[in-house]
Amino acid sequence: MSYTSVREMLNACKANGKPLYEVILESDLAESGLSRAASEAEMRRLWAVMCQTSADYRACDRSMSGFAGGDAAKMEAAAAGGVLLSGSYLSEVMAEALKTAECNACMKRIVAAPTAGSCGVLPAVLLPLYRAGVCDEDAVCRALFVAAGFGQVVAARATLAGAEGGCQAEVGAASAMAAAALVDLRGGTAEACAEAFAMALTNLEGLVCDPVAGLVELPCIKRNVIGAVNAVSAADMAMAGIVGHIPADEVIDAVAEVGAAMSKDLRETGIGGLAGTPTGQKIREIVTMGQQ
Amino acid sequence: MRLFDVLGPVMTGPSSSHTAGAVRIGLTARRLLGSRPLNAEIQLHGSFAATGRGHGTDKALVAGLLGMQPDDPRIPQSFELARQAGLQFSVGSVTLRGAHPNTAVLHLTGEDGRSLEVVGASIGGGRISICQIDGITTNFGADYNTLIVHNLDTPGHVAAVTGCLSDHAINIATMQLYRSTAGGYAVMVLECDQPIPDEVIAELRQKPGIVKVTSLNL
Repeated sequence: MSYTSVREMLNACKANGKPLYEVILESDLAESGLSRAASEAEMRRLWAVMCQTSADYRACDRSMSGFAGGDAAKMEAAAAGGVLLSGSYLSEVMAEALKTAECNACMKRIVAAPTAGSCGVLPAVLLPLYRAGVCDEDAVCRALFVAAGFGQVVAARATLAGAEGGCQAEVGAASAMAAAALVDLRGGTAEACAEAFAMALTNLEGLVCDPVAGLVELPCIKRNVIGAVNAVSAADMAMAGIVGHIPADEVIDAVAEVGAAMSKDLRETGIGGLAGTPTGQKIREIVTMGQQ
Repeated sequence: MRLFDVLGPVMTGPSSSHTAGAVRIGLTARRLLGSRPLNAEIQLHGSFAATGRGHGTDKALVAGLLGMQPDDPRIPQSFELARQAGLQFSVGSVTLRGAHPNTAVLHLTGEDGRSLEVVGASIGGGRISICQIDGITTNFGADYNTLIVHNLDTPGHVAAVTGCLSDHAINIATMQLYRSTAGGYAVMVLECDQPIPDEVIAELRQKPGIVKVTSLNL
């Protein structure tokens, strides 16, 4: 059975003296009937697709609406030109988040992680470390199992769908999953992974899903950037020994409660928030006119 | 939720509901038709109609009709590929009463001359529900091998069909029964753990009172 609380997951690690990825992988094997080898191979396949998506990015690609594309290239050019405030890792993280999210908007192949709208967050924080040789494929795949395990708990206690819980359930969850993955990669304890997860989710709690013209473009693409950067800051806080004080499970429950309290206009309907601004509505008109 | 439902699926963007789910509706409709579609009239309802073009829903449905899976990188080129494959199609909009916001209606004609009307909804995360086949309500997700039998609403057909499946050692996972009016048309939808072999289809077609047999093997 997959875990329905972070606490149970941590207890299983402690009770069996096993690392986090191991208890998560084992819990899924029991349920899915997959062999360990098949499960590991599937994770390697997902990682290979994440790498390929980034490699297939083209600066000239544009989405059907014409509003998405080209931003990752701008970020890379600015990084190369030395004009960014962020250091090399963070500027790469931002560029990668844009790349994958723009590829998604431009109808290229991605891994929903956990959703298509939030697909840029996990690859964004992992790819720069992998390329720099900080971690190998095995370590990345273990970290992805950790990320997926935390995602399962969010799915069980709250939701991973923007239509149900707003953007906090998509980019928020992706960011929290990525924070846990980063702490695992850096050799942090299972407890520290849970702290990073809880702090990342806390910091995006309440984020609404208000896509302009209902498309997975604006603000979704740049939300992937904040999701990734937020994951890095939460992971660094956890590695520094900082704790969030509200346990991970209670943060997830708060996200569920906030999601349920959100107006329907702010849950992927393309009505309220940014979608309802004068410019948002103008963009909707342009997109709809292009359709006729 | 399974681990690989949280991470995954691998899909062509931008939206699991408006793109990946739409491919699966098209692909399921093609499998239900049972032959290569030569003509397709596609109608989009609700959010599919409002934001479908921006999400590539139209291209995704056509890609599915061509037999593509949700992760096929050729989905954006599906209109051109349809022309090359001899599939004539049109895409319009429609307003359906009480339908799921992400619903498509597909009128298909296959190369064997048979035609089929399928109403499918994309219900989130790439999952779908086939809501209607030839005007009769259904509700299945195309996650299993599925047998759909249209018959006259008279006694004995359920026994005949389940008996036939039993004879071929096919286990039924779920079963649903629908009818238009008492004594009129009825439809049974059986989701099965094993693929449904051609001889089962042929055997069922011979049985009196059975009007149409359709299968969907994964």
